[in-house]
Amino acid sequence: MLKIDNLHVSVDGKAILRGLSLTVKPGEVHAIMGPNGSGKSTLAHVLAGREGYEVTAGGVTYRGKDMLALSPEARAREGVFLAFQYPVEIPGVNNVYLMKASLNAIRKHRGEPELDAVEFLKLVKERVKLVQMDDSFLGRAVNEGFSGGEKKRNEIFQMAVLEPKLAILDETDSGLDIDALKVVASGVNQLRSPDRSIVLITHYQRLLDYIVPDVVHVLSNGRIVRSGDRELAKTLEQRGYDWLKEDAA
Amino acid sequence: MNKPAVLTGNFVDEFERVVKTLPGGNELADRRRNAIERFRAQGLPTLRQEAWKYTNVTPLARRAYRAATRKDAGTAAAGLIAKLPDYAAEIRLVFENGQLRADLNDGRASPAGVSLRSLADVLREAPADAARRAPGEATPFQALNDAFCTDGVLITLAPGAHVEPPIHLVFLATGGADALAVHPRVLIRAGAGSRARIVETYRGGTEAGLTNAVTEISAAEGAHIEHYLVQDESAGAFHIGHLHIEQARASEVISHAIAMGGLLARRDIEVRLTAEQAGATLYGLYLTGGRQHVDHHTRVDHLAPHTRSEEFYRGILNGSSRAVFNGRVIVHPGAFKTDARQSNHNLLLSKDAEVDTKPELEIYADDVKCSHGATVGRLDADALFYLRSRGLDEVAARGLLTYAFAADVISRIGIESLRRELARRVAGQLPGGELVKDML
Repeated sequence: MLKIDNLHVSVDGKAILRGLSLTVKPGEVHAIMGPNGSGKSTLAHVLAGREGYEVTAGGVTYRGKDMLALSPEARAREGVFLAFQYPVEIPGVNNVYLMKASLNAIRKHRGEPELDAVEFLKLVKERVKLVQMDDSFLGRAVNEGFSGGEKKRNEIFQMAVLEPKLAILDETDSGLDIDALKVVASGVNQLRSPDRSIVLITHYQRLLDYIVPDVVHVLSNGRIVRSGDRELAKTLEQRGYDWLKEDAA
Repeated sequence: MNKPAVLTGNFVDEFERVVKTLPGGNELADRRRNAIERFRAQGLPTLRQEAWKYTNVTPLARRAYRAATRKDAGTAAAGLIAKLPDYAAEIRLVFENGQLRADLNDGRASPAGVSLRSLADVLREAPADAARRAPGEATPFQALNDAFCTDGVLITLAPGAHVEPPIHLVFLATGGADALAVHPRVLIRAGAGSRARIVETYRGGTEAGLTNAVTEISAAEGAHIEHYLVQDESAGAFHIGHLHIEQARASEVISHAIAMGGLLARRDIEVRLTAEQAGATLYGLYLTGGRQHVDHHTRVDHLAPHTRSEEFYRGILNGSSRAVFNGRVIVHPGAFKTDARQSNHNLLLSKDAEVDTKPELEIYADDVKCSHGATVGRLDADALFYLRSRGLDEVAARGLLTYAFAADVISRIGIESLRRELARRVAGQLPGGELVKDML
């Protein structure tokens, strides 16, 4: 699904990712943990195609394609989805209209017919239940005036509508209370499938109690310094990141 | 030092040519003559005047306008009428080149409590009722309107009248390539406790035409008026407009000024809050492109304590167009507990577009709340990336965000049919908006 090979990325001449390698197979859930400043969000943004990042070495292959050569929208149409750490408020743009435009752009790319209004409404009404929001959520402007929890739920709702092949969840747990975290995690769990890969980027182990990953990686100083199963996350919680930093140094 | 010569174009000559055909008797003819004399003395505004420093109207002096008269209202409007959106539930009056086309009106009887009279009739029968009541000396354009006005409408709302259907005044220019000047006048006298929604649409087929409109609203105690100006003139047209609003105690006026068309457009909006609890809300949206120049000057006078005003203006500029927003608020002595807020946000879509935005607050009373904010910016990079990460291409993402910026004003339009129609019109005019239209 996704193969990151010795990826080096700089922002404004400053090296952030320094030789990151990672392979994610279809159906796998990988957690990438790391302290602040380790490069977690940079990785998420580079994978989604955000401008302002300079790839100085290495590469990323997504389903056999050179991912870095694709525009953000081309990646989305190929099945990549980024759940934002800070979802953007877009006043005046109705949530459900955005999803319709989005889904139809993806379907068109796949050579599938656009959904008509009735089919589409049926779909979104079904998917919005996944994040335990009522229908009024659909008619609101994208993220405008949403609470922190609602914004994160909206990201998972969008993921449920767009059915990506590769979902990157950037700190989806941050700013959530325990109830909202359970809702979001439950939504993600229901979206797990053998042909969908998920990369969870998180600072805290807590999320992994609810979304159990197949592999846990620790990112430090722009590189993956350790990989393991979920026990690694628990160790991190007990011992913090410092022991790994010392290890890496 | 020599005083620079004033520019008067051909308006004075044109006045002499048509004066005998203008409605009203001798008394009115004298007043018209006084008005043209006042205009001759002042001349057209120049860049040397503070209120006109960004807007050059001297091209008006180079065009030889022909004053529109009754003869200019023919049958041409029928085609344009057919293209108008069908607002089924409205009372519609259609003016062709400034003249009421009684034959094109919808035949609906006016609801109880509202009187709609052709201003041409009022000018003939009771000229004093057709006079402007705004205090202060006439500006050059108001003087031209005083001199040339042939028609328009006098809307009188009886005390307590609630008029449910919107009253839609459609001003169509149909002069083709003619440089036709029209000077329509709309007078709205709202009795105590009355309520109405009034729309003025200016639509053009006259590339070189001039519209010089005057509207006055007087809202008696407790009256509630929503007023909409939709300026959608053709690309070569000049549009000048004055809106004067006079408000009594506890009256509420909501004004929307939407400017899309014209080569040069200038809109002055003045509000006088003369008694306690009067409140005015001014919304504005201007969309400019090509070489358009659109200028909005607002002035709110808080003349009594406990008065409120809120202004919310947005502009979207493309091409090498230019926009001006000047928002003046004057809190007069004694007008304590005034609450005045103003914002003007501008979105620049091209590097050659330019906007001058200027708040002017003059506060002569204590214990008041006044705020203002103005911004000039470009599309938000985070929002663009967010939309592209959802599969929208860059053009669509830009179109959607641009539309959303405008929608913040459009969504406040209280008449649903008008809101829908304008949403489509605005989307159709913005780059990438075609893609957005399907989503409305």
